Amino acid sequence: MGNIKLELKEKIIEQLNLEDMTVDEIADKDPLFGEGLGLDSIDALELIVMLDKDYGIKLADPKEGKKIFESIETMAAYITEHGKK
Amino acid sequence: MPWVSTTRYSFVKKRCLKLPKDHYIKSYCHIQENSVFLNGQPVFENGSSDFSTFIKSAYKHLETDYPKFFKMDNLSKLAFLAADLLLQHEKTTPEKEENIAIVLSNKASSLDTDRKYQRSIQDKDNFYPSPGVFVYTLPNICIGEISIKYKLYSENSFFIFDNFNPVYLSDYCDNLLQNRKADKVLCGWVDIDKEQYKAFLYIIDDEGPILHNTEELNQLF
Repeated sequence: MGNIKLELKEKIIEQLNLEDMTVDEIADKDPLFGEGLGLDSIDALELIVMLDKDYGIKLADPKEGKKIFESIETMAAYITEHGKK
Repeated sequence: MPWVSTTRYSFVKKRCLKLPKDHYIKSYCHIQENSVFLNGQPVFENGSSDFSTFIKSAYKHLETDYPKFFKMDNLSKLAFLAADLLLQHEKTTPEKEENIAIVLSNKASSLDTDRKYQRSIQDKDNFYPSPGVFVYTLPNICIGEISIKYKLYSENSFFIFDNFNPVYLSDYCDNLLQNRKADKVLCGWVDIDKEQYKAFLYIIDDEGPILHNTEELNQLF
């Protein structure tokens, strides 16, 4: 699980072009949207594509995303349970 | 009429004949060949590098401090940096709520980003289109990026021409100002395709050092 969290931080920084950010600056429980990392709606779509491409997870209900993408911790837990790659 | 200055005479003549008022280029900037110029003076240069490296180092050198910059496509980065340099020079801030229209133009439209997006969808076995790339597959998105930072709710247009077209642009901008659709216009050319790029932006106002006409624009371009 620890490895997935680190991997997710690296992927998020790279794929969402968070150039001025390092993995050390993202805490596992930081909110990804709003006050935390400040991600926006387009970033949310990128995260959905990332789940599909890198972990074989297709989100059938976009509303699910709200809970899954709360933080690195919630994402890692979901991937551990549902990941196919 | 020896007792009337030429400027005063021109002003009176225009008022009496109801001729269109003159407008002026208040400031201008160029970004091309790894260099940034403001009003003809170099403000940044970065030897030989590709566009991505150059524009990132220019962003840092100019202390732009706008993290969303890194999410933009190359056309938006080019337009945003040139516009930001000019608007900061003019001491424009989001709080001022100025009525500055934005009129931009180029040749390649958003082709640079369109190709990037196309590459992400051409392999049906590896079909993962990026929403973050897709949103930039229109040229006028760069106007949105400038407007968002400066909170401009103004008139805007993006034209596609074969070449820089000062006749069309100056007519269009004079019309906006004449009809009070805007108090100022941020106008110009911002073009990128592969590694070929050029930005020439200028601010048109009621006052300024250079008369706004096609001859001056051709010379500055």
